[in-house]
Amino acid sequence: MTTLSIDHVSRWFGNVVAVNDITMTVGPGVTGLLGPNGAGKSTLINMMGGFLAPSTGTVTLDGQTVWRNEKVYRQIGIVPEREGMYDFLTGREFVVANAELHGLGAKAAQQALATVEMEYAQDRKIATYSKGMRQRVKMASALVHEPSLLLLDEPFNGMDPRQRMQLMDLLRRMGDEGRTVLFSSHILEEVEQLAWHIEVVVAGRHAASGDFRKIRRLMTDRPHRYLVRSSDDRALAAALIADPSTSGIEVDHGEGALRIQAVDFARFTSLLPRVAKEHGIRLLTVSPSDESLESVFSYLVAA
Amino acid sequence: MYDPTVARLTYRALLGRRRALILGALPLLLIAISVAVRVLAGADDQTAADILGGLALATMVPIIGVIAGTGAMGPEIDDGSVVYLLSKPIKRPTIIYTKLIVAIAVTMVFSAVPTLIAGFVLNGNGQQIAVAYTVAALVASIAYAALFLLLGTVSRHAVVFGLVYALVWEALFGSLVPGARTLSVQQWSLAVAQKVSGGDLVTSDVGLTTATVLLVVVTVLATWYAGQKLRTLTLAGEE
Repeated sequence: MTTLSIDHVSRWFGNVVAVNDITMTVGPGVTGLLGPNGAGKSTLINMMGGFLAPSTGTVTLDGQTVWRNEKVYRQIGIVPEREGMYDFLTGREFVVANAELHGLGAKAAQQALATVEMEYAQDRKIATYSKGMRQRVKMASALVHEPSLLLLDEPFNGMDPRQRMQLMDLLRRMGDEGRTVLFSSHILEEVEQLAWHIEVVVAGRHAASGDFRKIRRLMTDRPHRYLVRSSDDRALAAALIADPSTSGIEVDHGEGALRIQAVDFARFTSLLPRVAKEHGIRLLTVSPSDESLESVFSYLVAA
Repeated sequence: MYDPTVARLTYRALLGRRRALILGALPLLLIAISVAVRVLAGADDQTAADILGGLALATMVPIIGVIAGTGAMGPEIDDGSVVYLLSKPIKRPTIIYTKLIVAIAVTMVFSAVPTLIAGFVLNGNGQQIAVAYTVAALVASIAYAALFLLLGTVSRHAVVFGLVYALVWEALFGSLVPGARTLSVQQWSLAVAQKVSGGDLVTSDVGLTTATVLLVVVTVLATWYAGQKLRTLTLAGEE
């Protein structure tokens, strides 16, 4: 059982604060580190992995400091986001080298390659690998010493759906075995499918922590805003406001459109076309005005 | 202190890519020039000393040193693959020490060996010139490898800085500003070569004792400092 503790950690680069006073504990099971691009996820993971010193605060693994302590790597496996990985080696040579650096042999390497199902391509040069194959060989190199903590930075980036599913299965299995697995992602659905527990980071701050269902509900229960243009805006507004799924409508003369606030997302999306059809109104534009991930997150931060 | 896996990865990175071509091209050029000079002008001790001193020791050795020294560490830091070394329970100074050994070996093979061959081609080792310059190349290989390995660890522009040092400082300033010669790996190695040759064709501006002390101090300090820098190496994120 391995626990990673992040205690009042901040990190700044010059005047820019990348991570702002974050405290969290990551325990066994799969944890998703969720946040928009540039939120400070990579900075945080780099500090968890001992590749960056916190400006203030401490990162410890079962009480041991991570920074400048090579010994912790007996327990940590790291899957970096960057692609650089000795392209001139074959997959097998790469994983064997990683095993040797842990004081292990070819047997451990072979086992790790089997775990990620890369034996079929293990004798090809890494330079010839697809993104998904590279990701799996990186996984093998991180698993070779059976670490109790696995850190993965955006592991699903650039993978196709099948590779994504395979990797998710693998990580789920690692979590079930009692390992502490932490992965970062900026895609809500990825985190939702895999993580038992999520930590949300927005603009360097720790925005939320806990069970994903609770956080997901916070995200989906918020009012959704739409911008709608139609052949008869006022008639459409009157018909929509009669339904409880709509909580407010504003007629925006400048835009020549309706600004609609819906509280029940599912109900509203089926209501709108039905109402329009019943009243003979043509819908010209329907666009969600706050669907970007950043606005979802900022809503969450405000909540 | 020496890790065979780190060494293997370093050798393959150094000798597997285009680097190997550059590493091989300069020595071949030196030998080709030597053959041409011998055929056209015949054997002459002064000419041999000029070519080995001006071309081999002042130009080829530092350039090979830059390629091998910075290449042993810099590219891994640049492309991020160094993370696979750093995320292991291996002491950082062990990584640096191993890479230094590899860089020294590569620099010696690609600079001292061709210097010896060129020397024998030029005048058949008359007045011990070939052996003296080979010893100088061997000694310089150690100091250059350590200096440029440090440079590759601390700077992203290691190759540029290395070439500037090798070509501007060693070759240009060294011949114009007398003081600069005291702080020149080339002069230190020449001091050792002077002792070997015993004649007056190989000379240095620096005394043997000073040269030896400076060679040892620079090599040890550069290696120690590179190890310290690697301990606190920060891997920048993508953000």
